[in-house]
Amino acid sequence: MLAAQSLELRKDILSLIKRANGGHTGGCLSSIDILVGLYFHALRIDPAMPRDPGRDRFVMSKGHSAEGLYCVLAKAGFFPALVLEQYGRFDSTLYGHPTMNVPGVEMPTGALGHGLAVGVGMALAAKRDGASYRTFVLMGDGEQAEGSVWEAAMAGSHYGLDNLVGIVDYNGLQISGKVDDVMRLSPLGDRWAAFGWKVVQIDGNDMGQVIGALDSVPAKAGSPTLILARTIKGKGVSFIENQVAWHHKVPTDEQYAQAMRELDTAIASAREARV
Amino acid sequence: MEKREMRAVYAQTLIELAKTNEDIVILDADLMHANGAFAFAKAYPERSFNVGVAEANMVGVAAGLSSVGKIPFASTFGSFAGRRDYDQFFISANYARLNVKLVGTDPGVTAKYNGGTHMPFEDLALMRAIPKLVILEPSDPVSLGKLIRKSASYYGCVYLRMQRSPASVLYPESEEFEFGRAKVLREGSDAVLFALGSVMVNESLAAAETLATEGIRAAVVDMVSLKPLDVETVVAQAGKTGRVVTCENGQASGGLSSAVAEAILESGVRAGFARIGVKDEFGEVGTVEYLMERYALRAQDIAAAVRSLA
Repeated sequence: MLAAQSLELRKDILSLIKRANGGHTGGCLSSIDILVGLYFHALRIDPAMPRDPGRDRFVMSKGHSAEGLYCVLAKAGFFPALVLEQYGRFDSTLYGHPTMNVPGVEMPTGALGHGLAVGVGMALAAKRDGASYRTFVLMGDGEQAEGSVWEAAMAGSHYGLDNLVGIVDYNGLQISGKVDDVMRLSPLGDRWAAFGWKVVQIDGNDMGQVIGALDSVPAKAGSPTLILARTIKGKGVSFIENQVAWHHKVPTDEQYAQAMRELDTAIASAREARV
Repeated sequence: MEKREMRAVYAQTLIELAKTNEDIVILDADLMHANGAFAFAKAYPERSFNVGVAEANMVGVAAGLSSVGKIPFASTFGSFAGRRDYDQFFISANYARLNVKLVGTDPGVTAKYNGGTHMPFEDLALMRAIPKLVILEPSDPVSLGKLIRKSASYYGCVYLRMQRSPASVLYPESEEFEFGRAKVLREGSDAVLFALGSVMVNESLAAAETLATEGIRAAVVDMVSLKPLDVETVVAQAGKTGRVVTCENGQASGGLSSAVAEAILESGVRAGFARIGVKDEFGEVGTVEYLMERYALRAQDIAAAVRSLA
């Protein structure tokens, strides 16, 4: 029922953004299936012990999708759902980008291009100590223009970190337009492969494929894995999908009501199909 | 006066610490042979990471290592420590409340023939703007060794500004050092020289000697720690002498001079004030001696600054 879970969380995200009157709507909706696959299937974590040394690490390098992460962390039990209502308030611990004040958050992110280097450090320590935890880093596609991503990419393969998994939420849009128009990324998979990563290409909005990719890591012994997740920005709400303007737009009352209706319909179908 | 190579002290101290603390690791951006870290890498290859010429990545990786309990010492030239990895150090290390020790070597004019691209005049000002960061510039081999040990046992980020060439021994081996605690090396009632780092502390001591022959008794204070600043000592010395000269091997704005001026102005104490340091200029190529003359950092420049406050 993970697909239904993702749809429910899309409702949570839109409610959060609507209530706070701000947020990164499009990127949250494109990446939520990946987060659900991670938090409710792949990650070896216990919300009751968020600092357990043996836990898998997850770094949300695309910190702009904080609203999605907060909704998932609450659903997973890292903090009460009530805390979500504080999002966007002056006295809240939930900032527009994740901070260390939020239970379950491993690194403050949102200044793009930082997460993968940190992930390399976490994975490197595990290798040296013989620890079994794995490290996952979710990046945006616009973020791929940051040179620091590629410095870390080099280091990840140089040190043979097959306990490190990079995931790119490849929705093809960024704040000012199409990613390939702003700064061409294509062929992104070939580029990661050339940096020594084993690339796995999936539909990042297909829960079966997300789970399949996460279950198969490391895709190659001795190499870090890069899951290139093709997604649709704004996925799940017809009028938000693939619209550049919805990078950080807030739905009107009418749009919000329509989005909820669309998602409720999809949830009913998902439940019927038991996915 | 006995001199010891600072980079050897750096490596030896970490090697000693690593014997009993398995969490100590070092990172470097391909300058291990220059800054002495190579000796550590030979002793503990499995705890040494040369990440290549990628300073930003070095600090990001150090943050990741720190987040799982390691105590990383990451070293590179001070110019790169300040400029190349500032965002990573700011966010992934400091804002994340992690435990990364960043070591910037070749401070100010000690970058010599590497010239303006490699001459860190700005690192202290940059680092001072990072909340909670501890900033140290030891003046001699004894204080360097002691402060590395303090840094290793302290949980939090540290920026250690370190000359790698030999420096005169100023302290007995038994001397103890604390963050935010300056050392009064010479008492005086007519002026006070607040100095940071080996080059400027030694020049200040020489300047005080010269001034003494003229009947001007200048106190010399080794600041040791730029942040936290020893406000108590600064204010007491400023109040006692009424004439203050700050001496730093870098831009005379944003770093020591600014920190001292802020402390004195806020205290209500009124004192004459002059700055020794680089005055809004880029680095150049030359010997340390030439560059000290070029930027007016010599003992005679310090003495002249004291006289100008008379």
